[in-house]
Amino acid sequence: MTKDEIKAEIKGVIEPYVIQKELLDNLSDEIQLIGDLKINSAHVVDIVLDIEEKYDITIDDESINKMNTIGEAIEVILEKMKKD
Amino acid sequence: MSELFAAIIQKLPYSPPFLFVDEILSADENSIKGTYKLKKDEFFYRGHFPGNPVTPGVIITEVMAQIGLVCFGMYLNSTSSPDGMDGKVPVFTSSCVDFYSPAYPEQTLEVTSSKIYYRFGKLKCRIECHNRDSKQLICKGDLSGLLVNKNELK
Repeated sequence: MTKDEIKAEIKGVIEPYVIQKELLDNLSDEIQLIGDLKINSAHVVDIVLDIEEKYDITIDDESINKMNTIGEAIEVILEKMKKD
Repeated sequence: MSELFAAIIQKLPYSPPFLFVDEILSADENSIKGTYKLKKDEFFYRGHFPGNPVTPGVIITEVMAQIGLVCFGMYLNSTSSPDGMDGKVPVFTSSCVDFYSPAYPEQTLEVTSSKIYYRFGKLKCRIECHNRDSKQLICKGDLSGLLVNKNELK
C-alpha cells in the first residue's frame, strides 16, 4: 500500500467524526486530528479502533501518542503492517 | 457488599444530591451490576413535574453512567491503582439511549453494564436499566467516558 492510498482510506475512516466536512478537503500530512480537524479525544480512540480493524494491526498506547497528525498516523499504520 | 465495592462507592467523586449509586451487587472483568433507589424527595421531582413526579431521562442516563461507567472504570482500575480517582475526573463522552418505560419515586433502578471495549483510557459499555422489583426494562443504550486529570480540563 502506498501512503496516498492509505491517506484516501483514512479520510473515509475519520470523516464521520469530523463536524466541519470542508476541513477534509485539503488533507495534508501536517494536519492535526485534534487541533486542526477538531476531533474530540474520545473519538480519536474510535478512529484508532477502526484503523486497527481495517488494517488488521494492533496499536499500543505508545503508538497512539505518536498519531497526532495525518502523516504520523500513516507512518504508524505502515510500520505496524510491516511488523504484523 | 464487598469491601472493594464499598471503597469504590466511597471514592466516587459525587455527593448528594448528585450521587446516584447505593450499591454494587457484582462486578468482573466484563460487567458490573448496581442499584440506586429513587428517593421520594429528590430535588428534580419538584420541577419534573410539579405535582406529578416522573424521573427525568437525563437522570436515568446519569444513574447508568455513574454505575455502568464510573464505578465500573474504578473497578477495572482497582488492581493497578486502588486510588483510581485521585486527581482525576470522569468525563462523559457519548450516550445513545432508548427509553422504554417511566421511572417513579421510590422505585429501585438496577443497572447492568457490559464492556464493549476499554482501550486508551476510554470505556464504552452497553448498559441496561431495569426496575429492580418489576424487572421492567426502563432504558437501554451505549455510553462511554474517560478519566482525565483535573488540570487537563479547560
